[in-house]
Amino acid sequence: MEPLIEVKNLTIGFGTAEPTIEDVNFSIKMGETLALVGESGSGKTLSCRAILGILPNTAKIHSGEIISNTGKTPQNLLELNEKLFRKIRGDCISMIFQEPMRSLSPLHKVGHQVAEVLELHRSCPKKKIKKEVIAQFERVGFPDPKRAYNSYPFEMSGGMLQRAMIAMAMIAKPDLLIADEPTTALDVTTQAQVLGLINDLQKETGMAVILVTHDLGVVANMATKVVVMNKGRVMESGNAKDILSAPAHPYTQKLFAAAPAIPEASEIVPAVPHDDLILDLKNITKTYHARSSTPWKPAAVIQAVRGVDLQLTRGKTLAVVGESGSGKSTCARIALGAELPDEGGDVHFFTEPKATPLNVTALSRTERYDFQKQAQMVFQDPYSSLSPRMQIIDTLIEPLSIHNIGTKSERIDRAKDVLKLVGLDSSILRRYPHAFSGGQRQRLSIARALIMSPKLLVCDEPTSALDVSVQDQILDLLEEIRDAQQLSYLFISHDLAVVSRIADEVAVMRQGRIVEQAPPCTLFANPKHPYTKALIAAQPEPDINRPINLDLVALGAGKPSSWADNFRFEGDDVPPLQELEPGHMVRCHV
Amino acid sequence: MIFLRYAAFRLLTMLLTLLLVSALVFMIINLPPGDYLSNQIDELRATGQTVSVAKAEFLRHEYALDRPIVEQYFIWIGVMPGPHGFSGLLQGDFGWSFEFDQPVADIVGQALWLTVLVNLAAVLFVYLVALPLGVIAAARSKTWVDYTSAFVGYLGLATPNFLLALILFYYGHRYLDLPIGGLMAPEFEGEPMSFAKMNSILIHLIIPTFVIGTSGAAAMMQRLRANMLDELSKPYVETARAKGVPPARLLAKYPLRVALNPFVADIGNLLPSMISGSVLVSVVLGLQTIGPALLTALKSQDQFLAGFILLFVALLTLIGTMISDVLLMLLDPRIRYGERK
Repeated sequence: MEPLIEVKNLTIGFGTAEPTIEDVNFSIKMGETLALVGESGSGKTLSCRAILGILPNTAKIHSGEIISNTGKTPQNLLELNEKLFRKIRGDCISMIFQEPMRSLSPLHKVGHQVAEVLELHRSCPKKKIKKEVIAQFERVGFPDPKRAYNSYPFEMSGGMLQRAMIAMAMIAKPDLLIADEPTTALDVTTQAQVLGLINDLQKETGMAVILVTHDLGVVANMATKVVVMNKGRVMESGNAKDILSAPAHPYTQKLFAAAPAIPEASEIVPAVPHDDLILDLKNITKTYHARSSTPWKPAAVIQAVRGVDLQLTRGKTLAVVGESGSGKSTCARIALGAELPDEGGDVHFFTEPKATPLNVTALSRTERYDFQKQAQMVFQDPYSSLSPRMQIIDTLIEPLSIHNIGTKSERIDRAKDVLKLVGLDSSILRRYPHAFSGGQRQRLSIARALIMSPKLLVCDEPTSALDVSVQDQILDLLEEIRDAQQLSYLFISHDLAVVSRIADEVAVMRQGRIVEQAPPCTLFANPKHPYTKALIAAQPEPDINRPINLDLVALGAGKPSSWADNFRFEGDDVPPLQELEPGHMVRCHV
Repeated sequence: MIFLRYAAFRLLTMLLTLLLVSALVFMIINLPPGDYLSNQIDELRATGQTVSVAKAEFLRHEYALDRPIVEQYFIWIGVMPGPHGFSGLLQGDFGWSFEFDQPVADIVGQALWLTVLVNLAAVLFVYLVALPLGVIAAARSKTWVDYTSAFVGYLGLATPNFLLALILFYYGHRYLDLPIGGLMAPEFEGEPMSFAKMNSILIHLIIPTFVIGTSGAAAMMQRLRANMLDELSKPYVETARAKGVPPARLLAKYPLRVALNPFVADIGNLLPSMISGSVLVSVVLGLQTIGPALLTALKSQDQFLAGFILLFVALLTLIGTMISDVLLMLLDPRIRYGERK
């Protein structure tokens, strides 16, 4: 069979600089799924855009050809004129993007944006187009396709929007679908469902799929062929089975080593003792009132957190896991006193074992000062959490000068010490954040948190903006520092695999409530709650023989009112959190 | 339904604001000590014209200027009976201009509509010029089109209006035979509206529109260009390209729709700034707008005339913001359905 698309010796660069991608070759046939794997900056996205002819204006194609067999005769897409190319885009080749929220126009109805593809490429009456779009919406799993047709993007969740994007890409029945990190911005359970959907649609239509991803777990679940890219060059390519079972190139091996996975666990570990706590959150509830824009409407009430108890033992790591909107970040903010819980909630911080606790919800000015020295935060996005206008040295010693600690030279010495601690050289003190990569920046923001010698670090998804290999290094670093400095972590994450490495205890949250809590080994060996089971099942494993079990995901990831009887939430009627075995709490009726 | 309720709600807040503005305006005009008549009386006393003093005193009583300021205000807006019963703004009686010795309505009458006309023409000019230029400058950014329009725009911003007016008068008259000064040929003044009169007004409008509108258009164009450039780099534009949307249609349908928001929101600001900006231009160009009358009235503390004009400008502003709010709601579903669940 002729390949559908064949990329030959493609070299693309910006301006006069060295080419960004060089001598890239791959081909794909109908019905195949080709995974382009690599870290950010590896040139995988650029290669895809070249196929669709939507490169940025400044990009120049130095050499190569892209032979397409989508038409009657083979043609080189790079030599096609713009007008003819437009006929191919959206019709023969279509694309799904990474961020569904930003990839749809905010001002147009979702249905109209999908219908536009048919209006452009088919000449049929509007009524028929609308019918087809609604049928497509039904196929991609919208519960109420007519309503979805008339909705605006801001009225839908990320997962639903990505379904709409898929509907848009699929509506003209293309021969090739390019999916550029289609699930990176989604929760794991949603990711599993979206991947399943792409698989089903491919089986139905027999199209070819190019899947751009950095996640080997996703590759194992989807791909028939794999192309591994690094720094603009192809490192290794071949059948998915071969590469995933025996990666030959050292770079591929490195990616494998770094890929986080939920460990196989069978043993039940003893519960974490709660005798020497550093942080104690009791009965935390947080209600937000969203003011409505007109006075005659009542304010919308959002209960972000409902009756959460969390206890962090000194020197241990407590991880809070959940999807976006589960209330995990709100818990972190409340733990630091950045937000106050509703009446009845208490947060206590114990400076020393058996010391009188600080009441974080009612700090006096001096107490707050004291508390800040001992509890610090590491943020999610290292790109926006460092001021671009401050030199590293100023960013690092700012907390010291705010708290009046040490002389100027002592502060600089301290800054050099923490840089060494996070594995950076002290020669960088005079540089600005833009000079550093994402991983280095996250090291810097950990250094900033450490400079006060705190006892407690709250880490809010510290690795979710990073590439897998960098994520691995940062997790290593956090573990090292915790053990060397006797720190305690409250670790917020949506990724069970990440958590399994670092946590001593895991609390799984859903809709503002803890549904299951246990040490990670116990949790993975013996998960009880359907939602925990769904989270574990949805985690893509880089093992081609262990595909995601979508039924298990669907069972637990649905609305809490759809869970089995003894787990079901019905409004405020919620089962109690019960200890089933020592240290293993589950929210259920027994 | 949401829309109607919103419009009604906005209308209500607009009326409340207008009431507040009227109180403020009246208070500020009366801040300097004395009033037009007491100033005049002092002057007459000093020159010993006692007969005229009696007449002025009579007028003061007639227009309730001898009452406390709060009462004067209520009489002015017409919620309290004055010396001749209820006769204030609410009853359609705009008061008496001491400076011109005429009812305010007579002085302002035609000028009011001409003011609205001149400024509407200028606003229209601003939008008609800024919209295409801003879009083209953004779509062809960093090419000669962009640089030329930016250069012309900055020239427009930097040239003082009255200077531009004089230059245009000179060259417009010399080469294009455009009329100098005024808003219509002298023979039509006071005449009823006719086709010839309208024609004359339109020809006279060309230069004032250009003068008043240029700087606004230049500023608006740059703003639109910046907004468009922001939007052009958003992922949804890329999605549209990947669908195969032709470039012109893409530009108009996606980024322009989003970039239009600040453009529309500016209507409210544009009207008042043009009217206050056009006062000086009106004096230079000899336009029969309310600008010159306002200037005289403010200088001589002619309170009813000044108060009425200021209130009128405030009303235009409020109408402008209301129009832009309502338009925004129609244009942007995020504002319209922000609370729909």
